Amino acid sequence: MTVASTRPHIPDRLENPWRMALFSWETLLIVVAVAIFIANSLASPYFLNVWSLSDLTFNFTEKGLIALAMALLIVAGEIDLSVAAIIALSSTMMGMAVQAGADTPVLVLIAIGTGLACGIFNGALVTRLGLPSIVVTIGTMSLFRGISYIILGDQAYKGYPAGFAFFGQGYVWWVISFELVLFIVAAFVFGVLLHRTSFGRTIYAIGNNPVAATFSGVPVERVKFILFCLTGLMSGIASICLTSRLASTRPSIAFGWELEVVTMVVLGGVSILGGAGSIPGVVLAAIIMGLVTFGLGLLNVPGIVMSIFTGLLLITVIALPILWNRLRQKGA
Amino acid sequence: MSIVRKLLVTAAATAALMVGSAHAQETVRIALVAKALGIGFFEAANEGAQEAAKELGNVEVIYTGPTDTTAEGQIEVINSLIAQNVDAIAVSANDTDALVPTLKRAMDRGITVISWDSGVAPEGRQMHLNPSSNQLIGEMCVKMAAEHLPEGGGEVAILSASATHTNQNNWIAEMKKVLPEYPGVNLVTTVYGDDLADKSYREAQGLIQSYPNLKAIIAPTSVGIVAAAQAVTDAGKIGEINVTGLGLPSEMAAHVESGASKSFAIWNPIDLGYAATMIAYNLATGQATAEPGAQISMGRVGTVTLDQNNEGAMAEPFVYDASNIEQFKDIF
Repeated sequence: MTVASTRPHIPDRLENPWRMALFSWETLLIVVAVAIFIANSLASPYFLNVWSLSDLTFNFTEKGLIALAMALLIVAGEIDLSVAAIIALSSTMMGMAVQAGADTPVLVLIAIGTGLACGIFNGALVTRLGLPSIVVTIGTMSLFRGISYIILGDQAYKGYPAGFAFFGQGYVWWVISFELVLFIVAAFVFGVLLHRTSFGRTIYAIGNNPVAATFSGVPVERVKFILFCLTGLMSGIASICLTSRLASTRPSIAFGWELEVVTMVVLGGVSILGGAGSIPGVVLAAIIMGLVTFGLGLLNVPGIVMSIFTGLLLITVIALPILWNRLRQKGA
Repeated sequence: MSIVRKLLVTAAATAALMVGSAHAQETVRIALVAKALGIGFFEAANEGAQEAAKELGNVEVIYTGPTDTTAEGQIEVINSLIAQNVDAIAVSANDTDALVPTLKRAMDRGITVISWDSGVAPEGRQMHLNPSSNQLIGEMCVKMAAEHLPEGGGEVAILSASATHTNQNNWIAEMKKVLPEYPGVNLVTTVYGDDLADKSYREAQGLIQSYPNLKAIIAPTSVGIVAAAQAVTDAGKIGEINVTGLGLPSEMAAHVESGASKSFAIWNPIDLGYAATMIAYNLATGQATAEPGAQISMGRVGTVTLDQNNEGAMAEPFVYDASNIEQFKDIF
C-alpha cells in the first residue's frame, strides 16, 4: 500500500487547549492564590486595606525579579545559587561608590555592572570550563559574599543620596510602588522572551535535551551563558531595590534568599530537572508567597510556623498533580 | 494638644488611685518584636511584657519576630504590625540602619516606636532602652575573665554573635577600652558564631585548637557561651579554659556545676521586657515624652533617664556563679 496510509496521524495539539488550560499548573496556582486571599480577608480585619495590600507586595517583588531570570535558567537545566551573594556584592559596591561621592545614576550603573560581571563570571565557569552550575554557584556564593565581608567586616555603608530612596521606598502612583511596577514590567519582558521568541524556544529545547539541541544547531553554551548574565543582571537590579529599601548595606544583606527564589520558581511549576515551566506560573508563585507570609504575619503567627506552612504548601502543590494523575490512570 | 496630654495625665493619675478603672479604657496594643523567635532570652522578655500587661490591665502584648536574625525578616514582621495599626512597637533590632525606613513609616502613621536590647539608629525610633550600659557590660566581661585567670595572666579570646550585631560590637569595643587596666588579660582574637549553636561550637573548637595556651573564652551572647562551654567540656579542658560572658542561667547551670564556666553575667530579660512594655505604654498613652533628659517610669524596675541621644540604661548586669545559679536557673 502507500506510505501515507501507514503514517500515524499527528495532531497539531495533543489536547484541547481549553481543557489543557483548565487543568494546568497555573490554574491550580490561581485557585490557591484566591483561596489564600479569601482566607486572609476572613482571618484578619486589617488585610483588605489598600495600604496593607501595597505593603504586601514588598514581601515578594525583589525576590520575584530574580525568580523571573532564575526560571529561564532552571528551564535550561542550570541553576544559580549565588544570586543572594550577588545582591550583597552589588550593594557593597554601591556603598563604596557612595563613600566616594557617587550620585544615584552612577549607583544604578554600578549595581547593574556588578551583577552583570558576576553573571559573566558564573556563565564563563559553567560554559567555558564545563563545570556543573550547582557546584560553580555554591562556590561563587561564598566568593561574592566573602568579598563583601572582607570589604565591610562589621561595618555598614549608609548615607545613600535622597533620590536613591525612590527605588525601594517610592510610589509611582498612589499605592503602586516603583518595585511593583518594575516587577510587572520585568515579568512582561521575561514572559515575552520565554514564550514568544525563538530564543525562548531554544531554552526549552536545551532543558529537554541539550545534545539534541546542539545537533539541531542551537548554540547551547552561548544561550546558557546569556541566561547566567541575565540572572546576574536581575540580581543587580534587585540589589538596587533592596539597598534602597534598607537605606544601608551590610555584608549579611539578603542572606538565604537564594533558597526562597528557587522555592518561588519551583512552586511556579518550573521543573527542577529543566525543560518545563512558565513565567505566569512564577509570577503567581511570587504572589502566593507574598500572600502567605503577609497574611500569617497579620495574624502574628510565629515565623517558624510560617516556614513550616510554606514548606507544606510547596510539597502539596508539587504532590497534588502527581497524585491526581495517578488517580486518573487508576480510574481509566 | 497640651490640654489633651494634661487630661491624659490626670486620667492616668486617677486610674492609678482607683484600681480597676483602667479596664474601662480602650485596649493599648503593644508589639514586642524579638530578633528571632525560639531564643530563651526573648521568651523571658515576653514573660516580663505579659507581666506588665497584666499590671496595666488595658494592654494587649503582641509578641512576634522573624525565624532567623535577619533585618529583612524583621521588616516583614514590622510591615504586618503597621498594617494592624498597633499602638506601639518595641523592637530589638537585627540591624541598626536597615530598619530605619520601615520604622519611620510606622512613626509617620502615628505608632510609638522604641528599641530595646539591640538599638535602632536615632532617626528610626523615639527612644532606646539599653539593658545596661555598654561600658558596664564590657568592663564586667573583662573583669570576670581576669578574676579566674591563673597567676600572671593568660590568653583570652572572644566568641561573638554575628559581625553585624550592634550590641555585641559595642560591648567588644568597651572590652577593648578597659583592657589596659587588666595587664594579665592578653586578648588574642575575636571570632563570630552568628548566634548559631553549631557554628559557635565549631568556632570555639577552632579557638581551642589554634591557641593551645588559651585560658578564657568571653562569649557575650547566650548562644555562644553555651556552645563554648560545651566545646571546652568536650575537649576535656575544664579547669584549664574558663568560659565567661553573657548567658542565661537555665542554659548555663550545668556548665557552672561542671566548672566549665566559673561565672557569667546577664541582666534580667524578664525585667527588660517588662520595662520596655511599661515605657511603650507610657509613650503611646502620652503620659511621657521621649526627649533628652526625660525621666520615664518603668514600673517596679524604676525610672530611666534619657541622654542626648534619647537612650537610657535599665540596670547593671548581674553576676551568676555557683553560689546563686540554683536559685535563678528555673526563672529564665
